[in-house]
Amino acid sequence: MARYVLARLLRALGTMWLAVTLIFVGLRLSGDPAAALLGPEADPEAIEALRHAWGLDQPLPVQYARYVSNLMQGDFGRSLREQRPVTDVVHERLPATALLAAAALALAVVIGIPAGVIAALHRGTLLDRSVMLGAMLGQGLPNFVLGLALILVFSFHLGWLPSGGLQGTRSLILPALTLSTYGIASLARFTRSAVLEVMGQDYLRTARAKGLPTSQILIHHLGRNAALTLVTVLGLQLSVAIAGAVVTETVFAWPGMGRLLTQATELRDFPVVQYGIVLVVLSVVGVNFVVDLLYGLIDPRIRLQA
Amino acid sequence: MVQTVTRQQELVQGAATPSIGARRGARRRVAVPVMLLLAWSMLAAVIVLALLQPWLGLPDPAAQRLTDRLQPPLGFGGSWEHPLGTDHLGRDLLSRLLAGARVSLGLASLGVVISLTLGTVLGLLAGFLRGLVDQAISFAIDVQLSVPFLVIALAALTLFGTGLPVLIALLGLSGWEQYARLARALSLRASQELYVVAARSLGVSTTRILWRHILPNTAAPLLVLATLQFTSLLFLESALSFLGLGVQPPTPSWGNMLGDARNYLQIGPWAVLFPGLTLLLVTLAVNATGDWLRDVTDPTLYRR
Repeated sequence: MARYVLARLLRALGTMWLAVTLIFVGLRLSGDPAAALLGPEADPEAIEALRHAWGLDQPLPVQYARYVSNLMQGDFGRSLREQRPVTDVVHERLPATALLAAAALALAVVIGIPAGVIAALHRGTLLDRSVMLGAMLGQGLPNFVLGLALILVFSFHLGWLPSGGLQGTRSLILPALTLSTYGIASLARFTRSAVLEVMGQDYLRTARAKGLPTSQILIHHLGRNAALTLVTVLGLQLSVAIAGAVVTETVFAWPGMGRLLTQATELRDFPVVQYGIVLVVLSVVGVNFVVDLLYGLIDPRIRLQA
Repeated sequence: MVQTVTRQQELVQGAATPSIGARRGARRRVAVPVMLLLAWSMLAAVIVLALLQPWLGLPDPAAQRLTDRLQPPLGFGGSWEHPLGTDHLGRDLLSRLLAGARVSLGLASLGVVISLTLGTVLGLLAGFLRGLVDQAISFAIDVQLSVPFLVIALAALTLFGTGLPVLIALLGLSGWEQYARLARALSLRASQELYVVAARSLGVSTTRILWRHILPNTAAPLLVLATLQFTSLLFLESALSFLGLGVQPPTPSWGNMLGDARNYLQIGPWAVLFPGLTLLLVTLAVNATGDWLRDVTDPTLYRR
């Protein structure tokens, strides 16, 4: 197990390193930031002074080393627009995004998994078909379209829920629903095929033949074996949820990180975007690492292979 | 993205049977479902109308007429002058929807061609050459799979600014890892086949083996994947344009039409409804086509 964990850890660190290096390459490819900041009519000496202050007159390897060591020390620079450390700017926005993502993930698990199990147990019936049709719709609907449709119906027409912002639990309902729809749909599809696959196995037929009640079979035989697929899907869901949050937060004027990143991109406030990316990559890599560990725990064959 | 992961496994498994006779037989037996024919007619109609848009006698999609702002569509108090109504600047929605179709569908197709080519070449090389090349390419695939592409896109747009070349590059880079993974798995399998071993022992060059022997035997699953990836690219372009970071005005795309119209959602919901609905229908039609193609090209896949 120790070797397995170590291999996964190296992989996670490698991903982080590659991401940071690519950002650095992109940064240098995009031109001279000193000249860009001071504008075309700036005094060449002023540009040179700024380049010197930022260390841009150093050779590239030196710049790279300094860049990486700054990031490692948690120094991500200051927001160009707000003139505050980007860590402050971004951290203020984290709770709102975490709340939204947690609510969406919970909805996806609570609705998606049972829907998939029910569809699989009633394979070929009208119930199964409607669940699958719903899942197809859920995956085919871009979340900004869905969000706007929900606002139109529930905020403007019925007047039941607020159309945006974060005030109280009621304002969480529409954004969470919007963000979770894709997750609900893909979890339902995945659960269904995972359950169907396990149901085709001999040990399940045996369990049925010896007269175990359906609930027992579901929990002890299906659960554990379908868990592997589900853990993978849940890990991937995070990635989907982050991308979805960027759009959903903009639709609902949600004061989270996704909206901040969009605005920062528009204003080309690079330090903010960079820190946002580092956080996103960190969380995705972290979750994938945990997923890999869970893999090894659920299925010993996997950790022995590595 | 999530769905393509298992699709991938299915596609690889499907390619396990190189028996061409069996595949042909299956193709003959398969009848196209009625719903799919409907979907294809709709897709064809959208494409033909989009291509013909400049000659349909519709108003210029960019022409603003502020006296005609937010005219409702036909049947809701609108007139034949603007069958689908107008947006907040008095631009004709039907004409923008069709011009936007050209942009959105065109960009997604272009993105598919670029990422398919890039991913296939890298994947075939990784699977066929193995060793260090394979490890480097596989690592890159893993990294791109794990990081949400929208975030990479935001970084690139911050650094290089918005613009068509950047947008096309982003669309082309998004999803290459899907093809690369599949092509790698397929070429790993194919390079064990007897005909490849035979070709190699005859002294055929690597390029020629890849091009003449491995690619034709891996093309079908890759093209199925390309169909399924098309909607991902359509989503990416629409999402970026919706956020104001993709296709820039005055060029219409379905995404920026939605982005424009959302501020007038309460007084002019039709300006959101029509592009949103079109996007949904096209996505469903293309996804259904991809699923069907996968089932048809893959007779070994047991039907669930």
